[in-house]
Amino acid sequence: MTAMQKKTDDPTAHLSAEDIACLGRELDAIREQVIASRGERDAEYIRAVIDNQRKLELASRAVLLFSLFPPAWIAGTAGLSVSKVLENMEIGHNVMHGQWDWMRDPKIHSTTWEWDNATPSDQWKHSHNDLHHTYTNVLGHDNDLGYGIMRVDEDQRWHPFYLGQPLWNAINALLFEYGIAAYDLEIGKALKGRKDKDDFKAQAKGVLRKIRKQVTRDYVVHPILSGPSALTTLGANITANVVRNVWTHSVIMCGHFPEGVETFEKTSIEGETRGEWYLRQMLGSANITGSPFMHLMTGNLSFQIEHHLFPDLPSNRYSEIAPKVKELFERYELTYTEGPLPKQVASAWRKVIRLSLPNDALQDAAAVLPFTPRTAAPEREAVAA
Amino acid sequence: MASSLRDRAVDLVGLLTTPILPADYVDLFDPLRAGAELRGRIVEVRPETRDAVTLVIRPGRGWAGHTPGQYVRIGLDVDGVRQWRAYSLTGPADRADGCITITVKAIPDGRVSTHVVRRARAGMLVHLDQACGDFTLPDPRPAKVLFVTAGSGITPVMGMLRGALDDLEDVVLVHSAPGPADVIFAGELRQLAARGRIRLVERHTDTDGMLDADALAALVPDLAERETWACGPAGMLDALEARWAGLGIDARLHTERFRPALLAVGDGGTITFTTTEQEVDADGATSLLDAGEAAGVLMPSGCRMGICFGCVAPLRDGAVRDLRTGELTTASPGDGVLVQTCVSAAAGPCQIDL
Ligand SMILES: Cc1cc2nc3c(=O)[nH]c(=O)nc-3n(C[C@H](O)[C@H](O)[C@H](O)COP(=O)(O)OP(=O)(O)OC[C@H]3O[C@@H](n4cnc5c(N)ncnc54)[C@H](O)[C@@H]3O)c2cc1C
Ligand code: FES
Repeated sequence: MTAMQKKTDDPTAHLSAEDIACLGRELDAIREQVIASRGERDAEYIRAVIDNQRKLELASRAVLLFSLFPPAWIAGTAGLSVSKVLENMEIGHNVMHGQWDWMRDPKIHSTTWEWDNATPSDQWKHSHNDLHHTYTNVLGHDNDLGYGIMRVDEDQRWHPFYLGQPLWNAINALLFEYGIAAYDLEIGKALKGRKDKDDFKAQAKGVLRKIRKQVTRDYVVHPILSGPSALTTLGANITANVVRNVWTHSVIMCGHFPEGVETFEKTSIEGETRGEWYLRQMLGSANITGSPFMHLMTGNLSFQIEHHLFPDLPSNRYSEIAPKVKELFERYELTYTEGPLPKQVASAWRKVIRLSLPNDALQDAAAVLPFTPRTAAPEREAVAA
Repeated sequence: MASSLRDRAVDLVGLLTTPILPADYVDLFDPLRAGAELRGRIVEVRPETRDAVTLVIRPGRGWAGHTPGQYVRIGLDVDGVRQWRAYSLTGPADRADGCITITVKAIPDGRVSTHVVRRARAGMLVHLDQACGDFTLPDPRPAKVLFVTAGSGITPVMGMLRGALDDLEDVVLVHSAPGPADVIFAGELRQLAARGRIRLVERHTDTDGMLDADALAALVPDLAERETWACGPAGMLDALEARWAGLGIDARLHTERFRPALLAVGDGGTITFTTTEQEVDADGATSLLDAGEAAGVLMPSGCRMGICFGCVAPLRDGAVRDLRTGELTTASPGDGVLVQTCVSAAAGPCQIDL
């Protein structure tokens, strides 16, 4: 992958400014349709998910009180893992996006929700909603691209540090919630002295307090309550957290890393129109195909394209609008990147491994030819050149 | 001591359930328990007229009781959206089954009232606040009482009749409704009249015309001697207030309004809600409360008509107009002037701390 503005075959070259404006209006219309029809059915959906997730969690934790018996360990760990995934993905992530704010239920609202994750919701909302969703796949702006520790694009300068990135990525997967907390804190920026010290201290305190509570719950209180099953319950809780971490890490890698997903130059977003913004979201995301259960477990981030186009629409609607969005991609001759989970995960990992080496090590030099600009914006040429 | 022990216990259980509260799990199974956020379960839906129903609601254990004449705020999900409205309590304070009742008349295009009349069913949960309002009978009870009601305005008075008629000697009720079939609680009222417990004057506006202050004076010659409670449309209440003031007995008139009298409309503006960082363009007739709710902001609210102050929020910057008086309130950055969002509208750009 090379930033789109530098590619020979710019996938948007065939679109005029008028086409892009038109595309924007069509997407706005899809959004309006969903908003006009939001109602009881959607409210029942999210309440049912929350209700079932909580019951599943209670049941799993109850079963784990007897985790000394292997069948109880297996059932409890599986249930807790599923419950933790649902809580973070279909519930937490989406509630904090404000997808359910329209219900005006103070219990299911972006401003009041706290999730089962190391990073406190307010910090996550800032780095995720404000930065990642605004600067999707813009090199140097979107920290989600490589989380600041990895090289995920040919245009990022290679450094020997990146040789280790397959390992960094694996560690990040296992400890994903702490990884997120660390980059929500912008530790790198703080170390370089580019972040207000007091802000950083206050935020770090918030994170540590949150981690302490999470750890006390999963690794102290529940094991102690299990009495003779303390150690096995501890193991079960660690397992469930790791399962959740690896799963969410994989799903999120599939959203923006697989081959076929575009990245963008910093300057390409200056003065971006609504249509151009939509276009960036369309090309900067990839979907995962699979069963309804898989979609649920990814928090409907398997509809990453739809989610990035409309981050605040209720998640249960993404699958419904996906055919319309896909049809739009076809009509505007754009590539709707999607694939089954194993394929997308493999593709993302391949890229992580390939980019751990310098570009010319593996890559055919022919891929990096003089750029073709998407539109003839002079400043863009200057930068790309 | 006991309460601090209890708090400690809750803190301990909280270690198990963080980041959410133990109550969030218990609510799955026992939403009406003591200490829970107040809710109620509809146990019966009774039709009253063709466009009014009575809901019999079993309130949660936290319900603190009410005085007849008071109202309760009810939160219902209409098309998936939580809506809060005030409804007068129409039952006595001491029903044997512990239930409360409200009676809702459907207003054409009314979001909540039509939903209740068409869709409310036994078994549904509703959100509740504690009863409030001072449209109540004093102790000791006055010797002679006059009630003047119109349409759904009978509801708080019905609460008083059911709850306190035994303490009242001499009661006149003048009630107006479009026709005989539109009179809510008609059977019960006519029976009370037949038994001589009250003097009931029914006015049917389709045939008798609107009830005005002169007509009332003709119907109730001794009204100046009566402690009076009136509930109905703004026009009727305004006329009564003017008449009572003219007689110099305005202290004897108690009124309950179901909606604020709004006059002032200005230019509107962009409202910025600071916690959600939402910007909303609102016209000069839309209250900050309605505008915020429509944008999904969690707006506190109460009566929605400027009496309870349940909706106040700090105005950080800009100007808002009081919809009842047209008065402007302004704030400069850093200020936190408290404004009632239910009866204030944007008057230019403004910033609300919600
Ligand atoms: C203290 C208090 C006690 C109340 N007690 C009762 C009660 O016992 N029974 C009862 O039925 N209602 C009662 N109300 C009125 C009730 O709270 C709602 O305002 C009413 O049900 C309309 O709500 P809605 O959502 O259906 O209408 P909305 O969707 O809010 O309004 C729809 C339209 O109807 C208009 N409108 C709003 N209220 C009225 C009204 N009262 N009359 C005519 N037009 C109106 C609005 O201006 C709007 O144009 C009480 C109100 C207060 C403040
Ligand atoms: S809601 Fe009661 S004063 Fe505004």
